[in-house]
Amino acid sequence: MDFELMFTSFPKLLGATVVTLKLLTVSLFFGLFIGLLFAILRLNKNIFINKFAYGYSYVFRGTPLLVQIFIIYFGLGQIEYLRSTFLWVILKEPYWCAIIAFTLNTGAYTSEILRSAFQTIKPGIIEAGKSLGISNKIIFYKIQIPIAIRQSLPAYGNEIILMMKGTSLASTVTLMDLTGVAKYIISTTFKPIEVFIVAGGIYLFMTFIIHNVIKYLEKKYSFQQ
Amino acid sequence: MFKFEKLIFGDLGWGDEFLIATLMTIMVSICSMGLGIFIAIFAAWAKLTLSKFLNFISNFYTTVVRGIPELLVIYLIFFGGSAVVMKLAKVFGYNGYIELNAFTISVVAIGIISATYSTEVLRAAFLSIDRGQIEAAKTLGLSKFQIFYKILVPQVLRHAIPGLGNVWQVTLKDTSLISVTGLVEIMRQSYIAAGSTRDPLFFYSFAAVLYLLLTYLSMKLINRLEVKYSRGY
Repeated sequence: MDFELMFTSFPKLLGATVVTLKLLTVSLFFGLFIGLLFAILRLNKNIFINKFAYGYSYVFRGTPLLVQIFIIYFGLGQIEYLRSTFLWVILKEPYWCAIIAFTLNTGAYTSEILRSAFQTIKPGIIEAGKSLGISNKIIFYKIQIPIAIRQSLPAYGNEIILMMKGTSLASTVTLMDLTGVAKYIISTTFKPIEVFIVAGGIYLFMTFIIHNVIKYLEKKYSFQQ
Repeated sequence: MFKFEKLIFGDLGWGDEFLIATLMTIMVSICSMGLGIFIAIFAAWAKLTLSKFLNFISNFYTTVVRGIPELLVIYLIFFGGSAVVMKLAKVFGYNGYIELNAFTISVVAIGIISATYSTEVLRAAFLSIDRGQIEAAKTLGLSKFQIFYKILVPQVLRHAIPGLGNVWQVTLKDTSLISVTGLVEIMRQSYIAAGSTRDPLFFYSFAAVLYLLLTYLSMKLINRLEVKYSRGY
Protein backbone atom coordinates (compact mmCIF):
# COMPACT_ATOMS: atom_id res chain seq x y z
CA MET A 1 0.00 0.00 0.00
CA ASP A 2 1.35 3.37 -1.04
CA PHE A 3 -0.30 5.72 1.43
CA GLU A 4 1.65 8.70 0.19
CA LEU A 5 0.17 8.32 -3.29
CA MET A 6 -3.32 8.04 -1.79
CA PHE A 7 -2.66 11.20 0.18
CA THR A 8 -1.29 13.21 -2.77
CA SER A 9 -3.91 12.03 -5.25
CA PHE A 10 -6.82 12.88 -2.97
CA PRO A 11 -6.90 16.66 -3.71
CA LYS A 12 -6.58 16.00 -7.45
CA LEU A 13 -9.47 13.55 -7.35
CA LEU A 14 -11.52 15.89 -5.22
CA GLY A 15 -11.02 18.63 -7.81
CA ALA A 16 -12.25 16.24 -10.49
CA THR A 17 -15.29 15.44 -8.36
CA VAL A 18 -16.48 18.99 -9.03
CA VAL A 19 -16.62 18.18 -12.77
CA THR A 20 -18.55 14.97 -12.03
CA LEU A 21 -21.03 16.83 -9.82
CA LYS A 22 -21.50 19.55 -12.44
CA LEU A 23 -22.20 16.99 -15.15
CA LEU A 24 -24.60 15.18 -12.83
CA THR A 25 -26.63 18.18 -11.65
CA VAL A 26 -26.92 19.87 -15.05
CA SER A 27 -28.01 16.68 -16.82
CA LEU A 28 -30.42 15.72 -14.05
CA PHE A 29 -31.96 19.20 -14.14
CA PHE A 30 -32.63 19.14 -17.88
CA GLY A 31 -33.38 15.42 -17.80
CA LEU A 32 -36.21 15.97 -15.36
CA PHE A 33 -37.91 18.40 -17.74
CA ILE A 34 -37.50 16.07 -20.70
CA GLY A 35 -38.71 13.17 -18.59
CA LEU A 36 -41.81 15.06 -17.49
CA LEU A 37 -42.52 16.17 -21.05
CA PHE A 38 -42.25 12.66 -22.45
CA ALA A 39 -44.23 11.15 -19.57
CA ILE A 40 -47.09 13.53 -20.41
CA LEU A 41 -46.75 12.68 -24.11
CA ARG A 42 -46.93 8.98 -23.24
CA LEU A 43 -50.26 9.55 -21.50
CA ASN A 44 -51.59 11.39 -24.55
CA LYS A 45 -54.43 9.61 -26.36
CA ASN A 46 -53.08 10.45 -29.82
CA ILE A 47 -51.42 7.26 -31.06
CA PHE A 48 -48.64 9.04 -33.01
CA ILE A 49 -47.56 11.21 -30.09
CA ASN A 50 -47.81 8.19 -27.84
CA LYS A 51 -45.72 5.99 -30.15
CA PHE A 52 -43.16 8.75 -30.62
CA ALA A 53 -42.64 9.09 -26.87
CA TYR A 54 -42.47 5.30 -26.51
CA GLY A 55 -39.92 5.09 -29.32
CA TYR A 56 -37.73 7.72 -27.70
CA SER A 57 -37.62 5.95 -24.37
CA TYR A 58 -37.20 2.54 -26.05
CA VAL A 59 -34.21 3.61 -28.13
CA PHE A 60 -32.43 5.40 -25.30
CA ARG A 61 -33.05 2.60 -22.81
CA GLY A 62 -32.17 -0.13 -25.27
CA THR A 63 -28.73 1.16 -26.25
CA PRO A 64 -25.68 1.67 -24.04
CA LEU A 65 -24.96 5.20 -22.84
CA LEU A 66 -21.47 4.93 -24.36
CA VAL A 67 -22.93 4.56 -27.87
CA GLN A 68 -25.13 7.59 -27.31
CA ILE A 69 -22.19 9.74 -26.23
CA PHE A 70 -20.08 8.59 -29.18
CA ILE A 71 -22.85 9.27 -31.70
CA ILE A 72 -23.28 12.78 -30.36
CA TYR A 73 -19.61 13.62 -29.87
CA PHE A 74 -17.97 11.89 -32.85
CA GLY A 75 -20.97 11.38 -35.12
CA LEU A 76 -22.83 14.67 -35.23
CA GLY A 77 -19.67 16.65 -35.97
CA GLN A 78 -19.51 14.84 -39.28
CA ILE A 79 -22.67 16.47 -40.65
CA GLU A 80 -21.47 19.44 -42.70
CA TYR A 81 -24.72 21.31 -42.25
CA LEU A 82 -24.47 21.27 -38.46
CA ARG A 83 -21.01 22.78 -38.60
CA SER A 84 -22.38 25.93 -40.17
CA THR A 85 -25.15 26.49 -37.62
CA PHE A 86 -24.87 27.93 -34.14
CA LEU A 87 -25.33 24.39 -32.76
CA TRP A 88 -21.72 23.75 -33.64
CA VAL A 89 -20.64 26.06 -30.82
CA ILE A 90 -22.23 23.55 -28.42
CA LEU A 91 -21.44 20.33 -30.27
CA LYS A 92 -17.71 20.90 -30.58
CA GLU A 93 -17.33 20.96 -26.79
CA PRO A 94 -17.02 17.48 -25.24
CA TYR A 95 -18.56 18.90 -22.05
CA TRP A 96 -21.82 19.85 -23.75
CA CYS A 97 -21.91 16.68 -25.82
CA ALA A 98 -21.66 14.63 -22.65
CA ILE A 99 -24.40 16.71 -21.05
CA ILE A 100 -26.69 16.29 -24.07
CA ALA A 101 -26.16 12.52 -24.04
CA PHE A 102 -26.70 12.23 -20.27
CA THR A 103 -29.77 14.47 -20.41
CA LEU A 104 -31.42 12.47 -23.19
CA ASN A 105 -30.53 9.19 -21.45
CA THR A 106 -31.79 10.14 -18.01
CA GLY A 107 -34.81 11.81 -19.65
CA ALA A 108 -35.81 8.47 -21.14
CA TYR A 109 -35.54 6.63 -17.82
CA THR A 110 -37.23 9.47 -15.92
CA SER A 111 -40.15 9.50 -18.36
CA GLU A 112 -40.74 5.81 -17.63
CA ILE A 113 -40.58 6.41 -13.87
CA LEU A 114 -42.99 9.35 -14.02
CA ARG A 115 -45.35 7.60 -16.42
CA SER A 116 -45.78 4.65 -14.09
CA ALA A 117 -46.20 7.10 -11.19
CA PHE A 118 -48.98 8.93 -13.06
CA GLN A 119 -50.66 5.64 -13.85
CA THR A 120 -50.72 4.52 -10.23
CA ILE A 121 -52.68 7.59 -9.12
CA LYS A 122 -56.12 6.37 -8.11
CA PRO A 123 -58.80 7.71 -10.47
CA GLY A 124 -60.93 8.47 -7.41
CA ILE A 125 -58.60 11.31 -6.41
CA ILE A 126 -58.96 13.00 -9.79
CA GLU A 127 -62.74 12.44 -9.74
CA ALA A 128 -62.90 13.97 -6.27
CA GLY A 129 -61.05 17.03 -7.61
CA LYS A 130 -63.44 17.24 -10.56
CA SER A 131 -66.53 17.02 -8.38
CA LEU A 132 -65.16 19.88 -6.29
CA GLY A 133 -65.18 21.93 -9.48
CA ILE A 134 -61.40 22.22 -9.83
CA SER A 135 -60.27 22.80 -13.41
CA ASN A 136 -58.33 20.09 -15.25
CA LYS A 137 -55.21 22.24 -15.34
CA ILE A 138 -55.21 22.79 -11.60
CA ILE A 139 -55.95 19.11 -10.97
CA PHE A 140 -52.87 18.29 -13.02
CA TYR A 141 -50.55 20.80 -11.35
CA LYS A 142 -51.82 20.63 -7.79
CA ILE A 143 -52.94 17.02 -7.46
CA GLN A 144 -51.41 14.74 -10.08
CA ILE A 145 -47.88 16.15 -10.17
CA PRO A 146 -47.29 16.23 -6.37
CA ILE A 147 -48.60 12.67 -5.99
CA ALA A 148 -46.55 11.48 -8.95
CA ILE A 149 -43.41 13.07 -7.51
CA ARG A 150 -43.96 11.38 -4.17
CA GLN A 151 -44.72 8.09 -5.89
CA SER A 152 -41.59 8.17 -8.04
CA LEU A 153 -39.09 9.26 -5.38
CA PRO A 154 -37.59 5.81 -4.61
CA ALA A 155 -37.19 4.92 -8.29
CA TYR A 156 -35.86 8.37 -9.09
CA GLY A 157 -33.30 8.04 -6.31
CA ASN A 158 -32.00 4.91 -8.03
CA GLU A 159 -31.91 6.80 -11.30
CA ILE A 160 -29.80 9.58 -9.72
CA ILE A 161 -27.29 7.00 -8.48
CA LEU A 162 -27.23 5.26 -11.87
CA MET A 163 -26.68 8.62 -13.55
CA MET A 164 -23.87 9.47 -11.14
CA LYS A 165 -22.19 6.25 -12.20
CA GLY A 166 -23.01 7.08 -15.81
CA THR A 167 -21.13 10.39 -15.69
CA SER A 168 -17.93 8.33 -15.49
CA LEU A 169 -18.36 7.74 -19.23
CA ALA A 170 -17.55 11.40 -19.81
CA SER A 171 -13.93 10.35 -19.36
CA THR A 172 -14.15 8.52 -22.71
CA VAL A 173 -14.66 11.82 -24.54
CA THR A 174 -11.56 13.44 -22.99
CA LEU A 175 -13.33 15.07 -20.05
CA MET A 176 -11.33 14.92 -16.84
CA ASP A 177 -13.99 13.90 -14.38
CA LEU A 178 -13.38 11.72 -11.31
CA THR A 179 -12.95 8.53 -13.34
CA GLY A 180 -10.89 10.33 -15.98
CA VAL A 181 -8.41 11.67 -13.43
CA ALA A 182 -8.34 8.33 -11.60
CA LYS A 183 -7.48 6.58 -14.86
CA TYR A 184 -4.80 9.16 -15.59
CA ILE A 185 -3.18 8.67 -12.18
CA ILE A 186 -3.42 4.87 -12.52
CA SER A 187 -1.76 4.88 -15.92
CA THR A 188 1.06 7.19 -14.80
CA THR A 189 1.84 5.60 -11.42
CA PHE A 190 0.61 2.06 -12.16
CA LYS A 191 -0.85 1.70 -8.69
CA PRO A 192 -4.48 0.82 -9.50
CA ILE A 193 -5.56 -0.38 -6.07
CA GLU A 194 -4.57 2.74 -4.13
CA VAL A 195 -6.22 5.09 -6.63
CA PHE A 196 -9.27 2.87 -6.83
CA ILE A 197 -9.72 3.02 -3.06
CA VAL A 198 -9.60 6.84 -3.01
CA ALA A 199 -11.75 7.41 -6.12
CA GLY A 200 -14.14 4.61 -5.18
CA GLY A 201 -14.41 6.09 -1.69
CA ILE A 202 -15.46 9.45 -3.12
CA TYR A 203 -18.06 7.80 -5.35
CA LEU A 204 -19.37 5.73 -2.44
CA PHE A 205 -19.61 8.84 -0.30
CA MET A 206 -21.71 10.55 -2.99
CA THR A 207 -23.93 7.46 -3.30
CA PHE A 208 -24.35 7.50 0.47
CA ILE A 209 -25.38 11.19 0.49
CA ILE A 210 -27.85 10.79 -2.40
CA HIS A 211 -29.32 7.69 -0.79
CA ASN A 212 -29.91 9.45 2.51
CA VAL A 213 -31.31 12.65 0.97
CA ILE A 214 -33.84 10.60 -0.98
CA LYS A 215 -34.72 8.62 2.14
CA TYR A 216 -35.27 11.89 4.03
CA LEU A 217 -37.44 13.30 1.23
CA GLU A 218 -39.47 10.10 1.10
CA LYS A 219 -40.16 10.38 4.80
CA LYS A 220 -40.98 14.07 4.55
CA TYR A 221 -43.44 13.66 1.70
CA SER A 222 -44.96 10.36 2.83
CA PHE A 223 -48.71 10.26 3.08
CA GLN A 224 -50.19 11.09 6.44
CA GLN A 225 -51.44 7.82 7.83
CA MET B 1 -26.19 10.01 -46.24
CA PHE B 2 -25.78 6.42 -45.07
CA LYS B 3 -23.68 4.27 -47.33
CA PHE B 4 -24.73 0.71 -46.66
CA GLU B 5 -22.14 -0.77 -49.01
CA LYS B 6 -19.73 -0.26 -46.12
CA LEU B 7 -21.38 -3.25 -44.51
CA ILE B 8 -20.75 -5.85 -47.24
CA PHE B 9 -18.90 -8.99 -46.23
CA GLY B 10 -15.31 -9.67 -47.22
CA ASP B 11 -12.35 -7.32 -47.60
CA LEU B 12 -14.35 -4.43 -49.04
CA GLY B 13 -16.79 -3.95 -46.19
CA TRP B 14 -17.18 -4.31 -42.46
CA GLY B 15 -20.06 -6.77 -42.44
CA ASP B 16 -18.13 -9.88 -41.39
CA GLU B 17 -16.11 -7.94 -38.79
CA PHE B 18 -19.31 -6.69 -37.22
CA LEU B 19 -20.84 -10.16 -37.25
CA ILE B 20 -17.84 -11.50 -35.29
CA ALA B 21 -17.94 -8.48 -32.97
CA THR B 22 -21.63 -9.05 -32.26
CA LEU B 23 -20.94 -12.69 -31.47
CA MET B 24 -18.16 -11.53 -29.14
CA THR B 25 -20.56 -9.19 -27.35
CA ILE B 26 -23.03 -12.04 -26.94
CA MET B 27 -20.27 -14.39 -25.73
CA VAL B 28 -18.97 -11.91 -23.16
CA SER B 29 -22.52 -11.21 -21.97
CA ILE B 30 -23.34 -14.89 -21.57
CA CYS B 31 -20.07 -15.69 -19.77
CA SER B 32 -20.34 -12.64 -17.47
CA MET B 33 -23.97 -13.39 -16.72
CA GLY B 34 -23.04 -16.99 -15.91
CA LEU B 35 -20.15 -15.94 -13.70
CA GLY B 36 -22.43 -13.32 -12.14
CA ILE B 37 -25.12 -15.86 -11.25
CA PHE B 38 -22.45 -18.24 -9.91
CA ILE B 39 -21.08 -15.52 -7.59
CA ALA B 40 -24.61 -14.36 -6.79
CA ILE B 41 -25.63 -17.81 -5.52
CA PHE B 42 -22.88 -17.63 -2.89
CA ALA B 43 -23.42 -13.93 -2.13
CA ALA B 44 -27.18 -14.41 -1.75
CA TRP B 45 -26.55 -17.40 0.50
CA ALA B 46 -24.08 -15.31 2.55
CA LYS B 47 -26.73 -12.61 2.93
CA LEU B 48 -29.35 -15.07 4.15
CA THR B 49 -27.19 -17.12 6.48
CA LEU B 50 -27.14 -16.47 10.21
CA SER B 51 -23.43 -15.67 10.37
CA LYS B 52 -23.02 -11.93 10.98
CA PHE B 53 -19.56 -12.02 9.42
CA LEU B 54 -20.76 -13.51 6.13
CA ASN B 55 -23.70 -11.08 6.08
CA PHE B 56 -21.28 -8.20 6.43
CA ILE B 57 -18.93 -9.42 3.69
CA SER B 58 -21.78 -9.92 1.23
CA ASN B 59 -23.45 -6.59 2.03
CA PHE B 60 -20.12 -4.81 1.78
CA TYR B 61 -19.46 -6.35 -1.63
CA THR B 62 -22.84 -5.43 -3.13
CA THR B 63 -22.90 -1.92 -1.64
CA VAL B 64 -19.39 -1.07 -2.79
CA VAL B 65 -19.65 -2.44 -6.32
CA ARG B 66 -23.08 -0.93 -6.91
CA GLY B 67 -21.97 2.47 -5.63
CA ILE B 68 -18.94 2.74 -7.91
CA PRO B 69 -19.05 3.36 -11.68
CA GLU B 70 -18.67 0.26 -13.83
CA LEU B 71 -15.86 1.92 -15.75
CA LEU B 72 -13.79 2.36 -12.58
CA VAL B 73 -14.25 -1.31 -11.66
CA ILE B 74 -13.15 -2.28 -15.17
CA TYR B 75 -10.05 -0.05 -14.91
CA LEU B 76 -9.19 -1.62 -11.55
CA ILE B 77 -9.34 -5.14 -12.96
CA PHE B 78 -7.72 -4.14 -16.25
CA PHE B 79 -4.72 -2.50 -14.58
CA GLY B 80 -4.61 -4.45 -11.32
CA GLY B 81 -5.84 -7.91 -12.33
CA SER B 82 -2.49 -9.30 -13.49
CA ALA B 83 -0.68 -8.09 -10.35
CA VAL B 84 -3.20 -9.81 -8.07
CA VAL B 85 -3.07 -13.06 -10.06
CA MET B 86 0.74 -13.00 -10.01
CA LYS B 87 0.75 -12.51 -6.24
CA LEU B 88 -1.65 -15.43 -5.87
CA ALA B 89 0.55 -17.55 -8.14
CA LYS B 90 3.55 -16.71 -5.98
CA VAL B 91 1.79 -18.25 -3.00
CA PHE B 92 1.58 -21.47 -5.00
CA GLY B 93 5.24 -21.22 -5.97
CA TYR B 94 4.99 -19.82 -9.51
CA ASN B 95 7.20 -16.79 -10.08
CA GLY B 96 6.76 -16.13 -13.79
CA TYR B 97 4.95 -13.27 -15.47
CA ILE B 98 1.25 -13.78 -16.04
CA GLU B 99 -0.79 -11.58 -18.29
CA LEU B 100 -4.55 -11.98 -18.38
CA ASN B 101 -6.09 -11.71 -21.81
CA ALA B 102 -8.73 -9.10 -22.58
CA PHE B 103 -11.54 -11.64 -22.69
CA THR B 104 -10.85 -12.95 -19.17
CA ILE B 105 -10.52 -9.43 -17.77
CA SER B 106 -13.79 -8.41 -19.41
CA VAL B 107 -15.73 -11.43 -18.23
CA VAL B 108 -14.41 -11.10 -14.67
CA ALA B 109 -15.10 -7.34 -14.52
CA ILE B 110 -18.61 -7.47 -15.97
CA GLY B 111 -19.33 -10.67 -14.01
CA ILE B 112 -18.42 -9.01 -10.71
CA ILE B 113 -20.68 -6.05 -11.54
CA SER B 114 -23.53 -8.18 -12.82
CA ALA B 115 -23.33 -10.46 -9.75
CA THR B 116 -24.30 -7.63 -7.38
CA TYR B 117 -27.61 -7.19 -9.19
CA SER B 118 -28.23 -10.93 -9.49
CA THR B 119 -27.55 -11.31 -5.75
CA GLU B 120 -30.46 -9.06 -4.86
CA VAL B 121 -32.73 -10.80 -7.35
CA LEU B 122 -31.88 -14.28 -6.04
CA ARG B 123 -32.17 -13.18 -2.42
CA ALA B 124 -35.64 -11.73 -3.00
CA ALA B 125 -36.69 -14.81 -4.97
CA PHE B 126 -35.48 -17.11 -2.22
CA LEU B 127 -37.31 -15.11 0.45
CA SER B 128 -40.56 -15.42 -1.47
CA ILE B 129 -40.59 -19.19 -0.95
CA ASP B 130 -42.76 -20.32 1.92
CA ARG B 131 -40.61 -21.67 4.80
CA GLY B 132 -43.22 -24.38 5.36
CA GLN B 133 -42.27 -26.06 2.09
CA ILE B 134 -38.71 -26.66 3.26
CA GLU B 135 -39.97 -27.96 6.59
CA ALA B 136 -42.44 -30.21 4.78
CA ALA B 137 -39.66 -31.55 2.59
CA LYS B 138 -37.52 -32.22 5.66
CA THR B 139 -40.36 -34.11 7.33
CA LEU B 140 -40.73 -36.22 4.21
CA GLY B 141 -37.10 -37.18 4.63
CA LEU B 142 -35.68 -35.45 1.56
CA SER B 143 -31.94 -34.90 1.67
CA LYS B 144 -30.50 -31.37 1.67
CA PHE B 145 -29.43 -31.75 -1.94
CA GLN B 146 -32.87 -32.95 -2.97
CA ILE B 147 -34.52 -30.03 -1.20
CA PHE B 148 -32.20 -27.62 -2.97
CA TYR B 149 -32.46 -29.20 -6.38
CA LYS B 150 -36.07 -30.33 -6.49
CA ILE B 151 -37.85 -27.74 -4.35
CA LEU B 152 -35.84 -24.54 -4.09
CA VAL B 153 -34.27 -24.24 -7.56
CA PRO B 154 -37.47 -24.54 -9.66
CA GLN B 155 -39.33 -22.02 -7.50
CA VAL B 156 -36.45 -19.58 -7.11
CA LEU B 157 -36.03 -19.70 -10.90
CA ARG B 158 -39.68 -18.84 -11.46
CA HIS B 159 -39.51 -15.85 -9.15
CA ALA B 160 -36.08 -14.77 -10.34
CA ILE B 161 -36.54 -14.90 -14.11
CA PRO B 162 -38.11 -11.44 -14.59
CA GLY B 163 -35.41 -9.91 -12.35
CA LEU B 164 -32.60 -11.85 -14.00
CA GLY B 165 -33.99 -10.71 -17.34
CA ASN B 166 -33.45 -7.11 -16.28
CA VAL B 167 -29.94 -7.97 -15.09
CA TRP B 168 -29.25 -9.54 -18.48
CA GLN B 169 -30.29 -6.35 -20.32
CA VAL B 170 -28.06 -4.25 -18.04
CA THR B 171 -25.16 -6.69 -18.47
CA LEU B 172 -25.55 -6.65 -22.23
CA LYS B 173 -25.31 -2.86 -22.26
CA ASP B 174 -22.42 -2.86 -19.78
CA THR B 175 -20.33 -4.96 -22.16
CA SER B 176 -19.97 -1.84 -24.31
CA LEU B 177 -17.66 -0.48 -21.59
CA ILE B 178 -15.13 -3.28 -21.98
CA SER B 179 -14.07 -1.73 -25.29
CA VAL B 180 -11.52 0.13 -23.11
CA THR B 181 -9.67 -3.17 -22.59
CA GLY B 182 -9.20 -3.54 -26.32
CA LEU B 183 -11.44 -6.59 -26.73
CA VAL B 184 -13.07 -6.36 -30.15
CA GLU B 185 -16.78 -6.33 -29.45
CA ILE B 186 -19.42 -4.15 -31.11
CA MET B 187 -18.24 -0.88 -29.56
CA ARG B 188 -14.55 -1.46 -30.23
CA GLN B 189 -15.30 -2.61 -33.78
CA SER B 190 -17.28 0.57 -34.43
CA TYR B 191 -14.39 2.59 -33.07
CA ILE B 192 -11.95 0.85 -35.43
CA ALA B 193 -14.29 1.14 -38.41
CA ALA B 194 -15.12 4.77 -37.65
CA GLY B 195 -11.44 5.59 -37.38
CA SER B 196 -10.41 3.98 -40.64
CA THR B 197 -13.33 5.20 -42.78
CA ARG B 198 -13.81 8.55 -41.03
CA ASP B 199 -17.52 7.88 -40.83
CA PRO B 200 -18.28 7.72 -37.09
CA LEU B 201 -21.94 8.72 -37.46
CA PHE B 202 -22.75 5.71 -39.61
CA PHE B 203 -20.81 3.14 -37.59
CA TYR B 204 -21.89 4.28 -34.14
CA SER B 205 -25.50 4.43 -35.33
CA PHE B 206 -25.05 0.93 -36.68
CA ALA B 207 -23.72 -0.13 -33.26
CA ALA B 208 -26.80 1.41 -31.64
CA VAL B 209 -29.01 -0.57 -34.04
CA LEU B 210 -27.15 -3.79 -33.19
CA TYR B 211 -27.59 -3.19 -29.46
CA LEU B 212 -31.29 -2.40 -29.97
CA LEU B 213 -31.67 -5.62 -31.93
CA LEU B 214 -29.93 -7.60 -29.17
CA THR B 215 -32.03 -6.08 -26.39
CA TYR B 216 -35.20 -6.58 -28.45
CA LEU B 217 -34.44 -10.24 -29.13
CA SER B 218 -33.49 -10.87 -25.50
CA MET B 219 -36.74 -9.30 -24.36
CA LYS B 220 -38.68 -11.72 -26.57
CA LEU B 221 -36.66 -14.65 -25.26
CA ILE B 222 -37.09 -13.62 -21.63
CA ASN B 223 -40.84 -13.29 -22.07
CA ARG B 224 -40.91 -16.81 -23.44
CA LEU B 225 -38.86 -18.12 -20.51
CA GLU B 226 -41.18 -16.38 -18.07
CA VAL B 227 -44.15 -18.12 -19.60
CA LYS B 228 -42.33 -21.45 -19.54
CA TYR B 229 -41.30 -21.25 -15.89
CA SER B 230 -44.63 -19.99 -14.60
CA ARG B 231 -46.51 -22.88 -16.19
CA GLY B 232 -49.11 -24.14 -13.79
CA TYR B 233 -49.53 -20.88 -11.91
